[in-house]
Amino acid sequence: MDGGGGGLRRIGPFLIEKDLVAPPIRVLLVSAAALALAFLTAALVFWAYGVDPVLAYRTIFVETLLSSGGFAEGVRRAIPLLLAGVGLVLAFRAQFWNIGAEGQLLLGAVAAAGVALFAPLPAALLLPAMFLAGFVAGGLWAVLPALLKLRLGVNDVLTTLMLNYVAVYLVEWLIHGPWRGRTAFGFAYSDRFPEPAMLPLIPGTYVHWPTLLLALAGALAAWFVLTHTTWGYPVRVTGDNPEAARYAHMPVFRVVFAVALASGGFAGLAGVGEVAGVHGRLLEAYQISLGYGYTAIIVAWLARGNPLGAMLTALFMGLIFASGDVMKISLQMPFRVTDVFNGLILFFLISSERLLYYRVRWAPVRKGD
Amino acid sequence: MDDLVLAMLVRALAFGTPILLAGLGEIYAERSGVVNLGVEGMMAVGALAAFAVAQSSGSPYLGVLAALLAAALVSLPFALASITLRANQYVAGLALTMLGLGVSGLLGKPYEGAPLAHPLPEAGFIVTALLLAVLLWFFLQHTYGGLVLRSAGENPETVDAMGIDVYRVRYAAVIFGGAMSGLAGAFLSLAYRPSWADGITSGLGWIAVALAIFAAWHPLKAVGAALLFGALYHLSYRLQAAVSPEFLKAMPYLFVVVVLSLSALRKGPSGAPESLGIPYVRGERR
Repeated sequence: MDGGGGGLRRIGPFLIEKDLVAPPIRVLLVSAAALALAFLTAALVFWAYGVDPVLAYRTIFVETLLSSGGFAEGVRRAIPLLLAGVGLVLAFRAQFWNIGAEGQLLLGAVAAAGVALFAPLPAALLLPAMFLAGFVAGGLWAVLPALLKLRLGVNDVLTTLMLNYVAVYLVEWLIHGPWRGRTAFGFAYSDRFPEPAMLPLIPGTYVHWPTLLLALAGALAAWFVLTHTTWGYPVRVTGDNPEAARYAHMPVFRVVFAVALASGGFAGLAGVGEVAGVHGRLLEAYQISLGYGYTAIIVAWLARGNPLGAMLTALFMGLIFASGDVMKISLQMPFRVTDVFNGLILFFLISSERLLYYRVRWAPVRKGD
Repeated sequence: MDDLVLAMLVRALAFGTPILLAGLGEIYAERSGVVNLGVEGMMAVGALAAFAVAQSSGSPYLGVLAALLAAALVSLPFALASITLRANQYVAGLALTMLGLGVSGLLGKPYEGAPLAHPLPEAGFIVTALLLAVLLWFFLQHTYGGLVLRSAGENPETVDAMGIDVYRVRYAAVIFGGAMSGLAGAFLSLAYRPSWADGITSGLGWIAVALAIFAAWHPLKAVGAALLFGALYHLSYRLQAAVSPEFLKAMPYLFVVVVLSLSALRKGPSGAPESLGIPYVRGERR
């Protein structure tokens, strides 16, 4: 430390100091810089693939942000991302490392399909029952690794992740086997859902607005619980310092259990929305979800623990998915391109985190110092 | 009968080889204190680099070299983020997997379905993997370098006090782990398949991460564990007619969950390095 001000390092007239409380403007600036670097690096990958990066970005910009159809596609992708992302915000706040939103989403889709195809319910009750079943199925798929973590100390990252693969094969088994549609000659999908099991769309788009409203309400509810109720406090303490939480007789077990149920349940709801809003049947896992559960991790991370922030970050990542579509159609690039975006964005985001705790101050050296 | 058992053992070894190679690399990274969940991504990059170079140069050995280099290279940004910048290791590893799968899937498109003129025999990789397991065990347990590596993962302050740079040790371990994942990828695209396809790694990288835990971070135990996973893969291949293929495909992943739970039930210390997953900050007390 050089004398006074907690200065760490001097670069020309600038002083770089440690500052542990990051104001929102700095969070925004650092995040924007990280995103810009991710896009620059992605440009290199495009160039290596043989696509002019300038053309690529112009195409993306014009066909997603400036076209109403493209923007609506982004919104439609943002729906599952927001639901799963809000769940992950809750999970990560309590240090339950749920990497399994993808599998929980698929379980939600399976449960919804089961109700839609086989439950003898009156038409009006069909959709509510599907959402309920989806929430429970997704929630249970997350509760299993949470219990293993709480009771045996099994690494939650690996178990939640492994269950993603199990969920994929469960879906495959159902559509190739017992739930294979009578009309699906040679194709692997279930029968079409009856009309009352389908969600209404905003005309001319694939935006299933009831799920969108549900996702927005979910984000608000999660924010309210975290910041304005007595339940949010134990969640935050459990995440920041589990030992302290235990010492203060906070119900760590119940907190992690509830957070796991909620986060898996939210992902399950996302799965219901995809099959009841977009596809109308159970089909291959990679068609139900384009990796929404994995991208939701970025949504949650980018939102920095704030469920309301997830509204913005889900839309952003939704637009990235929409640009994947655009690049596939207009530039004949494989859809894998979204993985490149996702990986780079996540990389630069977490790498930039250290920078949040430094501030740069204009402090020219005076003569005589 | 003996022939049948022998044949099964050989097939289990072949299935287990990529898991063993990548698992050994992950054991080294984790023994130095760094969890790298990017194995799946690095393996995919290694597989593509091996295939692309082997196909265009005509030499599969150049392909192997390319796989080692390429996978080690992609582990660098992960090392930078997780060691120097002290980012969350789990999330950084996940980012590496996304990036590795994305870049290899994108740049590998022209090679999709292309034939390979000179594939390598599986036996070479199998023997290499077994030899490496012994060699890496010896280095880890019986040399000074191994001691330093283990100390970086158990008690990095001591390493620092010895005047050795903890960061440099961890960087070396992560880069070595990357190269081993690359070798596993080369086995897939040059010997096992031998071809390139997007998704060629099919979750083997994740199994390798689980293998490190299951083998209690011990290179020799990793051989037994890889054999077990290999036998399971082989079994699922043989049982295709009897049981639904989807169940058999899901079995290794279910098996990982069961195995991790059983390892957790085991009495006594798990063998996990004391400072696993914890970024090291020089001159700060934890």
